[in-house]
Amino acid sequence: MLILHCPYCGIDAEETELHAGGEAHLTRFGPGSSDDDFEGYLFMRENPRGVHFERWRHANGCGKWFHAARCTNTLEVFGTYSAQTTEPPEEIRKILAKKRPGWTWRDLK
Amino acid sequence: MSEAVQPLGGSAFDGLVHLSEAPLQGMITLRADLSDAAVKKAIKAATGQTMPDIRGASVQEGQGVLWMSPDEAMLLVPYAEVDAALAKLTKSLGKVHALAVNVSDARAMFSLRGPAAREVIAKLAPVDMAPGAFEPGMVRRTRFAQVAGAFWMEDQETIHVVCFRSVARYMFDLLSVASDPASAVDFF
Ligand SMILES: [Zn+2]
Repeated sequence: MLILHCPYCGIDAEETELHAGGEAHLTRFGPGSSDDDFEGYLFMRENPRGVHFERWRHANGCGKWFHAARCTNTLEVFGTYSAQTTEPPEEIRKILAKKRPGWTWRDLK
Repeated sequence: MSEAVQPLGGSAFDGLVHLSEAPLQGMITLRADLSDAAVKKAIKAATGQTMPDIRGASVQEGQGVLWMSPDEAMLLVPYAEVDAALAKLTKSLGKVHALAVNVSDARAMFSLRGPAAREVIAKLAPVDMAPGAFEPGMVRRTRFAQVAGAFWMEDQETIHVVCFRSVARYMFDLLSVASDPASAVDFF
C-alpha cells in the first residue's frame, strides 16, 4: 500500500484516497509548436527504474494536486511537494542526493 | 416553490449505533483564500462561528464551518436561513475574489449516535479513528467504500457524515451494514 503525505491538507493518505496523475514536470506544447515538441509532450514518458517524479491528486480528500518523488524499484517515497513548481524543490534534491547519489531523471540530476 | 424533502425521507436504522438521516441542513460551499482576514470576517458574519485551522470543524447546533481544503470551506446554517446567509456572505465578501454557492439540496447527511460510532466509520474509511487520533473539532474528507464523503465528530459518540445526494441510498445502506449488531469488533 502506497502512502503519500498530502502537502495541502497534511493527511498521510493511503492509495485509495489518491488518484495517479502520471509523470511530473511536463512542459506543455500546444498549437503553434513543432511536431516533435508536440509529440514529446503527448507521448514521450520516462519509465525509470529508480528515482521518479509523479503527479498525484488527493481525490478522495482535499482534492488538491501535488507532486511525489519516489523510487519505482523499492517503492520508497522520498517526499511530496507543492504542485506550484516546475521542478523538484531543494529539500527533495537533498534527500535524493543522500539516498540515491548520482541520480538522474530527464535533464535533472 | 417545491417542498424540500430529505433524500431518503428520513430513514433510520438501529444497530451498533443509532443511524439516522439528518434533518435538512443548509450548506454553502465557499471557495476563497481562507487566510484572508476579510474572508474570515465574512464567514463569522454568516455562521456566527470562527473559521477553524487546517482540518478543523467548528459547529454548534447545525451552524458552523468546516475546513475542506486550503481554499474551500463548507458553511453550515439552518436550512430555512440558507438564502439569507448566502446573501449576507456575498455582501460581506464584497470585492474579495471568492465563489459561494448554496449546495444544500445537492448533499445528504447522516448522523451516527452511540459508543460504537468510531468503529462504524473505521470499517468504511481509511482513517485512523482511535481516540486521540480523531477527535471532536476535526473534519475529514475521505471515501466510504466506493463513494466520497466527509465527516466530523460532535462528541465522542456522535459523528455526522455528509455525501452527495445522488449516493444517499448507497451511503445509508453502507452505514447500516457496518452497524449490523452481529458485526461488532469492539476495537476502540
Ligand atoms: Zn489533501
